Amino acid sequence: MFKTQARLESSKLMSWLSPLIAIVLTMIVSSLMFIALEINPADAFRVFIIAPLSDSYNLGELMVKTTPLLLCATGLALCYKANIWNIGAEGQLLVGALVGSYVALQANDQSGYMWLVVTLAAGAAAGMVWAGIPTLLHQLFHTNIILTTIMLNYIGLYLLLWGVHGPLIDPDGFGFPESAVFADSVLLPTIMEEGRASISILLAIVFAIGSGIILYRTLPGFQLRVFGSDQPAARYAGYSSKFIIWSVMLSAGALAGLAGVSEVTGPIGQLIPQVSPGYGYAAIIVAYLGRLNPFGIIFAAFFMGTLYMGSDLAQIDLGIPTAITGLFQGVLLFFLLACDYLIHYKIIWQASANPAQASSSDTKQGAA
Amino acid sequence: MDMELLQQILVAAIKTGTPLLLVALGELICEKSGVLNLGQEGMMLMGAMAGFAGAYFSGSLAVGLLLAILAGMMMAGIFGILSLNLNTNQVATGLALTIFGTGLSAFLGAGLVGSTVEGFKAIAIPLFSDIPLLGPLLFNHDLLVYGSFGLVALCWWIVNKTRIGLTLRAVGENPYSANALGIKVIKVRYLAILTGGAFAGLAGAYMSLSYTPMWMENMTAGRGWIALSLVVFASWRVGYLMVGAYLFGVASILHLVMQGIGFTISPNLLAMMPYIATIVVMVLISSNPIRQKLAAPMSLAKPFDSRRH
Repeated sequence: MFKTQARLESSKLMSWLSPLIAIVLTMIVSSLMFIALEINPADAFRVFIIAPLSDSYNLGELMVKTTPLLLCATGLALCYKANIWNIGAEGQLLVGALVGSYVALQANDQSGYMWLVVTLAAGAAAGMVWAGIPTLLHQLFHTNIILTTIMLNYIGLYLLLWGVHGPLIDPDGFGFPESAVFADSVLLPTIMEEGRASISILLAIVFAIGSGIILYRTLPGFQLRVFGSDQPAARYAGYSSKFIIWSVMLSAGALAGLAGVSEVTGPIGQLIPQVSPGYGYAAIIVAYLGRLNPFGIIFAAFFMGTLYMGSDLAQIDLGIPTAITGLFQGVLLFFLLACDYLIHYKIIWQASANPAQASSSDTKQGAA
Repeated sequence: MDMELLQQILVAAIKTGTPLLLVALGELICEKSGVLNLGQEGMMLMGAMAGFAGAYFSGSLAVGLLLAILAGMMMAGIFGILSLNLNTNQVATGLALTIFGTGLSAFLGAGLVGSTVEGFKAIAIPLFSDIPLLGPLLFNHDLLVYGSFGLVALCWWIVNKTRIGLTLRAVGENPYSANALGIKVIKVRYLAILTGGAFAGLAGAYMSLSYTPMWMENMTAGRGWIALSLVVFASWRVGYLMVGAYLFGVASILHLVMQGIGFTISPNLLAMMPYIATIVVMVLISSNPIRQKLAAPMSLAKPFDSRRH
């Protein structure tokens, strides 16, 4: 019979293996689902995992999907490391896109690249403000950050819809809820001959690596990690919780805002209502899949980007609704959480014939 | 403001508040046992989708209702396995449940978007519904609204007046003492979580079979999250929950009020109202953290590990 036994020390190996086990389990469950839908799982995985990597156009699109996920997840990981439950990346991204678009629309073709920098900064600042609201309310009134950030996601969404239906609507757009197409001077340069991938993917990777270095190689990073794992200890050591909470929330907001503005000035090129297919929520899973470690998150973001890409292709090739991405994301997060059990417990095979031995191991567990 | 408009607003507030009330009742019971399930939105969406699908394919609202409740309970079961058996972090697991429920309901319900069913109809209670103001307010609703009145009374009685309620609260306050007294903590928490799921499923069915008889991706629009703040607002008391739900109902239909007194604002800005109201309410009730701490179940969101002692 299988039994679980508490480990004396949490397993380092398992903490790296568990995301991989979770991915494998997710693939097994999805295979069963594809069989139920009468789709050959091999075909499905080819479309979901191989096709996105198959040619340069698809690779470019993969980078397009990965960029906002990586930016948002890097910021969220900083928050979660500090045990601050910011669920607001989606709203911060949308507000970044909205404000960035407003600034971008003031530009013309002669504006020069300085205007692009201003646009990006405005988007990041807007995300920062959007993250600052729940932080301020938390500091002043002890409101629950989870709930306020979620409410601000909805408020941000309706603010964006208001903008795109109202003040920012293209006057020559026949009433479609879209802004005018941005001037070339405020469009991010692309990094490949063909396709829409822009330099924002490089920015995202730089920010992720930078956050990783801050988190694991600097004193503030160390303080942040202590604060997240043992608040009383951090307080005893005299670390300022105010400073830590503000800095992780504002960084996360800035990164999510940047993700939003680099969507509209990058692959999209104008403001549309569908700026994000839920990148801000998927980034929560990316952060977990990457073990809240910015280096791991780079791989996790590419994996999740592949899923988004794959579901677009699966809709075209196999007629599967794109809602399947959300389903995969949920299953993956379940397995990620469940597999963490293996870090603290080991599963052992025990012959049930010998009850005395079983009970003696129980007492050992008790002692542990 | 004339009486007719006031009456319309109050009736609409009850209709809009009912799904919040139902899902919040379930969460309140769950939290009383010390479990914080942030997956309400996901369970509600699954309830809405399953309820609509059930009614659509069987032609029977009762079948829809039953399926919605089952769907909510199945979702809650997943949460139970992860949070109770595998001791996962309740906050993260609840988020996962919402992400999963949003995805699964959108995926399974994709073919049903645009379909229609004959939803629950208002049943006027003879004589009572003729009472001015009070009649239309309380005695001219559909079965689910009447049911929600009954469930509030039932939950209040069970939580405050019965042995079951005592057990539930004991587990939520101090599971280790409860365990020492011979109460099966995990079992009580499972039952509380499943009850929460059933209520969330029912709330979802109200959305798709009564409030707007149709299915649409993400149609609960954050009501599950608002319900979570509602539980805090009510300081974990059933009676306050009812008042709170209808107050939130008023906030959600403010646009009717605005139009009634001749305001015209962009519908997108008006749609923000319930979320802004939620934040405002949270600010008002959270300003006194000590009182909140006293009202909340002591072991809320803390996993119970029987091997710890």
